[in-house]
Amino acid sequence: MTIERDNKRKLKIATASLAGCFGCHMSFLDMDERLAGLLEQVEFDRSPFTDIKRIGSCDIGLIEGGVCNAENVHVLREFRANCAVLVAVGACAINGGVPALRNYFDVKDCLEEAYLTGTGIANPQIPNDRELPLLLDKVYPIGEVVPIDYFLPGCPPSAAAFLQLLEPLLTGQKPAISKSHLHYD
Amino acid sequence: MMATTPGTIRIDNQEIPFTPGQTIMDAALAAGVYIPHLCHYPGLTPSGNCRLCIVETGNRSVAACITPAVAGQEIRSNTPELNAARTTITQMLFVEGNHICPSCEKTGNCKLQALAYHLGMLDDHFPQFYQRRELDASHPDILLDRSRCILCDLCVRASREADNKNVFAIAGRGTNAHLTVNSPSGKLADSAIAATDLAATVCPVGAIMIKEQGYQTPIGQRIYDRRTIRETGLQEHIDKKNDD
Ligand code: SF4
Ligand code: SF4
Ligand code: FES
Repeated sequence: MTIERDNKRKLKIATASLAGCFGCHMSFLDMDERLAGLLEQVEFDRSPFTDIKRIGSCDIGLIEGGVCNAENVHVLREFRANCAVLVAVGACAINGGVPALRNYFDVKDCLEEAYLTGTGIANPQIPNDRELPLLLDKVYPIGEVVPIDYFLPGCPPSAAAFLQLLEPLLTGQKPAISKSHLHYD
Repeated sequence: MMATTPGTIRIDNQEIPFTPGQTIMDAALAAGVYIPHLCHYPGLTPSGNCRLCIVETGNRSVAACITPAVAGQEIRSNTPELNAARTTITQMLFVEGNHICPSCEKTGNCKLQALAYHLGMLDDHFPQFYQRRELDASHPDILLDRSRCILCDLCVRASREADNKNVFAIAGRGTNAHLTVNSPSGKLADSAIAATDLAATVCPVGAIMIKEQGYQTPIGQRIYDRRTIRETGLQEHIDKKNDD
């Protein structure tokens, strides 16, 4: 999957953090001064960087985190529907990552341990508010929910790895992550 | 077909000498030619179970670590098709166990992970199993986390052949195959294993680990952060204590 682009148009990028820790977003910002050059070519749509809440039609979607609740499913499907290229960024998006450590236990046991029976809990009760999205039985890699075009491993991927992903995409090429930038940790 | 002198094989068109009794893997490694491998450790009897060393000779694919070198053999190893097959095998090993690298002490020192880097594996492709397998933390110095075990059988062979003990075995078949500990309770604490044994350190993944040293070397400065598995794989060898 590559992007067609006439010369003047800025490409639109949307980003989201699902069941992640925002580490991938922080690492994206680690591009530091290289962000200035990037921003001459791209603009951000829905993203924690902009606080735009609804995604418009985009060229590139970057998803951090796996899918742990009903809202994550909704956001991920919206991204897939609106992004020409959708990228799984980081370990959690790719295989569930650290949040998926709960997959070895029942959700019920996790909730009880966290909110009822664990150490240091005052006023034990399992949160249950209409505003709270329902947890899924497991934390899923995003590729198990929607088709994904590219994967950027790392926990988080380094700023250099982000550049290796984005620079080819901006010029209509397929990205290739060099082995020296390939890390799962 | 190109002429081949006696006592040599050709791997990817490179002529490689061998001595009688050597496998394709032995001859390749001795000549500095890396064939990916996980369940093979030079010096221990090969067992041919991981299939990562798959090579083609004639119209057959064979495991290089258990196939004898035969004069005149033409072998293909580093081809896009074989590396794609190796990647698929590696992906299956990842989803079958619980390989969440950022939470694993072995990260950066792990051969499964390093091999995945070598093959350029970007995702796991297959749905995750998220299996729960028994953890054995009974031993004061050694941890056994079966959820990361790839059943390579190296600890089994190391314990028998190098340590002169018989601490491990693999029981069950197919998806029920699992590592067992030969002790009255089935726990490591009651077995003959010691932290200095080869069986305690040979595990290519984070299934058998020495306790209390997980983060002595920071992430980013570990074996495969500095070198590739191709480089280290050409240099490994075990001298068995009980070699005759
Ligand atoms: S054993 Fe290796 S591949 Fe598995 S989680 Fe640990 S570092 Fe990753
Ligand atoms: S514990 Fe380690 S060495 Fe033993 S079979 Fe499992 S992966 Fe191989
Ligand atoms: S290295 Fe040959 S089968 Fe595992």
